[in-house]
Amino acid sequence: MAQHTLSVLVENKPGVLTRVTSLFARRGFNIDSLAVGVTEDPTLSRITIVVGGDDTPIEQVTKQLHKLINVIKIQDLDAGSMVDRELVLFKVSAPPDRRHEIIEIANVFRTKIVDVGKNSVTIEATGAADKLEAMEDLLRAYGIKELARTGKIALSRGLREGPA
Amino acid sequence: MRMIGGKALVQALEDAGVDVVFGYPGGVALPIFDALYDSTSVRSILPRHEQGATHMADGYARVMGRPAAVIVTSGPGATNTVTGIANAYMDSIPMVVFSAQVATPVIGTDAFQESDITGITVPITKHNYLVKDPAELPEVIAEAFHIASTGRPGPVLVDVPADVSKAEITYKWPAAVNLPGYKPTYRGHARQIKQAAQMIAKARKPLLYAGGGVLASGAWAELKELAELMQIPVAATLMGKGAFPEDHHLFLGMPGMHGPKFVNYALTETDLLIAVGVRFDDRVTGKLSSFASRAKVIHIDIDPAEIGKNKPVDVPIVGDAKLVLAAIVSELRKTASEPRTEAWMRVVDDWRARYPLHYQHSGDIVMPQFVVERVRELTKDRPTVIATEVGQNQMWSCQYTRIREPRTWVSSGGLGTMGFGLPAAIGAQVGRPEHLVVDIAGDGSIQMNSQEMATASIEKLPVKVVVLNNGFLGMVRQWQELFYEHRYASSVLAQDCPDFVKLGEAYGWHGERVTCPDDLDGALGRAFDHDGPAIVDCRVSGEENVYPMVAPGGSIDEMLGGIPGGPVSEMLDGELLTEVWE
Ligand SMILES: Cc1ncc(C[n+]2csc(CCOP(=O)(O)OP(=O)(O)O)c2C)c(N)n1
Ligand SMILES: [Mg+2]
Repeated sequence: MAQHTLSVLVENKPGVLTRVTSLFARRGFNIDSLAVGVTEDPTLSRITIVVGGDDTPIEQVTKQLHKLINVIKIQDLDAGSMVDRELVLFKVSAPPDRRHEIIEIANVFRTKIVDVGKNSVTIEATGAADKLEAMEDLLRAYGIKELARTGKIALSRGLREGPA
Repeated sequence: MRMIGGKALVQALEDAGVDVVFGYPGGVALPIFDALYDSTSVRSILPRHEQGATHMADGYARVMGRPAAVIVTSGPGATNTVTGIANAYMDSIPMVVFSAQVATPVIGTDAFQESDITGITVPITKHNYLVKDPAELPEVIAEAFHIASTGRPGPVLVDVPADVSKAEITYKWPAAVNLPGYKPTYRGHARQIKQAAQMIAKARKPLLYAGGGVLASGAWAELKELAELMQIPVAATLMGKGAFPEDHHLFLGMPGMHGPKFVNYALTETDLLIAVGVRFDDRVTGKLSSFASRAKVIHIDIDPAEIGKNKPVDVPIVGDAKLVLAAIVSELRKTASEPRTEAWMRVVDDWRARYPLHYQHSGDIVMPQFVVERVRELTKDRPTVIATEVGQNQMWSCQYTRIREPRTWVSSGGLGTMGFGLPAAIGAQVGRPEHLVVDIAGDGSIQMNSQEMATASIEKLPVKVVVLNNGFLGMVRQWQELFYEHRYASSVLAQDCPDFVKLGEAYGWHGERVTCPDDLDGALGRAFDHDGPAIVDCRVSGEENVYPMVAPGGSIDEMLGGIPGGPVSEMLDGELLTEVWE
C-alpha cells in the first residue's frame, strides 16, 4: 500500500490522542508521522496521520478510527487534492569558513536561518516532503547535528468545497 | 436538585433504568456506596471479588439484553475488573463499570490505591471517561449507558475521583445525549438489501451463519422467518447459540474447530453464505483461504469494521440485524420468491445422518458428554439458562445442549475466560429468577471464581454447578496429547482436591458426587429441585477428547476424530451433487 494521509477531526478533549495512537499500536498499524493541533473551532482538534507500509490495510484503519467515540470525521487525502506542509529545523555544523555556503543553500530553498552559533547554523524549512528531502540531502554533506520535524499537516484543496 | 456526586451517580443509575449493581466497596468509593444504601429501586449485590462483579453484570446482560452496573473502588478494585471488561468487550456485551478514583488533585502522584484505569482499559472498552468536573456526572453517565447499549454493544468505564463524588452538584438527567462522533447505522442500504434478496432467491445451496449479533439485536424472529421462508439451514456460532431454535430441522449446529463435521461440510460446500452478526473468528473459519471458498458472501453487521476484516465480502450490509433481515424477508415476499433448497437439504441431511456427533458410551465410567446430554434431557421441560466455563466442558456444552430460547445461553466466547461461568450464572439468575440456571463447569475453571459460591448463598440465588471433574485442565491436556507427545506439563489437577461436595457444604450449598453413570440422573434431579444453590461433582473419564477437531490453522472440512470421513469433496454423494448443481 502506498502512503495515506489521514486528516482526522476529533473532539478536543484530554486523552483523545492516546486513544488514536493506542488503536494504531493495538491493531498493528504503522504511523509514519503524526501532527495534532486545535482547529478554527476550539472544541475540535485535527490530527494529521501519515500511515504507510504495505501491511497497513487503510480501510481497516479508517473503520476502526471511526469507532472511536471522539472521532468526528476522517478524510483520506490524496496527493492531488490536498495541500500538505511540514516544518523541519536543521542544526547544521558550520565552522565560520563554511557558514556562507550553508546560508547560500538556505536562500536557494527559500528557507530561514533562525539561529547562528559558534559552530552551527539552524535553518527553518517548510514545504512538501520532496523539497525537505532534497534539502536534507544537501545539508548532510556539512553534517547535520540535530534535526526536528513537526510531522506533516494537510488540508483538502479549496476546489473540493461546495459553493460558498 | 442539589446533591453530592455519589448521590447523583445513584440517581443517574435509577434514571438509566438500572435495577442491579454488582459492587465491591473501598475507601474512595464510600460516598457512592453510602448513597447506594438508600436506593430502593437498585438492588445491590456484593460479590466476593471484583472480577466476579463484572462477570455477574455480563451474565445479567446476556440474559436480559440490557446492562447492569458494576461499582468498584480505585486501584486493585479497578484492576480486578480488567478481565471481566475484556471479556464483555470481546463478546460485545453491554456493561457500565464505575471505578472510584483518588481525588483529582493527587491523580498522577502515585497516590495510595491509584491506578490509571482509564489508560489501562482504553483497548478493552467501547469508551471510557475520567470525570473531573462534578457537574458533568449526569451527562457522562447518560452517555455511558447510551454507548454501552446501542450500536455494537460493549463495556464502558466511568472513573469517578473521590472529590467528584463528594462535591455538591445540581442534578438533572439529560433528556438526550449529544455525541457528534457516534452515530451507528441501523438501516441497511436499500440497494444492498435488494441485491442480497436476489442472491438468496437464486441460491441453490445457501447457508445462514448466525452469531451473537442476532441476539444483541433481538433478531431471532426475523432470522427464523428468513430461514423458514427460503428453507435455508442455519449454523450458529458459540455466541449465536439460542439465536435459532436448536431443535428445528433447519438447525445444523456450531461451525468451526469443534463443530460437527456436517456443519463444516455444509460451510465448505455452500454457494451463498449469509453471515449475520458474526465476525469470521479464527475458531470458526480455520484456514481462511478454504473457508466457504465456493460461496458468495453476504455479511450483515452493525459494525462496519467487521465487514471484510477477515474475509472478502460480496454484499456488505451495515445495519441492525433485525431491521436488515426484516427488509430482506419483505423483499423476498414482494418478489414471491420460493425456496430452491430441497436437494441441498437432502445433501445436508445425508451428511447429518452419516456424521453425527459421537462418543463412546460406558456403563461404568461417567462420560462428560453423557453428563451434558442428561442435563439437556432433565431440563427439557423447564425454562433453563445454561452457562459454561471454558475448556472441554464448554465445547461439550456447545455440542450436546439444545438451546431453544434466545438469551438462555451464557458462555465466554472471544476471550475464553476460565472462571466466567459461575459468576455469570449468578448474574443470569438475578435477571431471571424463575429460570433454572445451570453452570456446566470444569474442575479447573470453577476454582478461578469459586469464592462467588458465597454470593449465591447469601443472595439466595439457587444456581446449579455441574462439574465435569476430569482431574485435568482438559483442553490443555488434549492439545498436549495431540500436539506435544502426551507431555502433560502443568495440566494435571487432582479430582479429589478440592472435595467439591465439601466445598459446597462450606458455602451452605447442596452437594453430591457422582462416580457411576446410573447415579447421574438422581443426583442432577435432586440438585435441580433443591431450592438453593447446588453443586454436583461428576467424576468423569479423565482423558476424553473433544471431537471432531480442526487442527489449528487447518481447513474446517479436514477434521480429526469423530466418525471417519475425508474432506468434503470426497464425501459428496454423486447423484445429489448433480442435482444440486443442475
Ligand atoms: C483465565 C484462563 N487461563 C487459562 C486459560 C487456558 N485454558 C483454556 S481451557 C483450559 C483448561 C480448562 O480446564 P477445566 O476448567 O478443568 O476444563 P476442561 O477442559 O477440563 O473441561 C485452560 C487452562 C483460559 N482459557 N483462561
Ligand atoms: Mg478439567
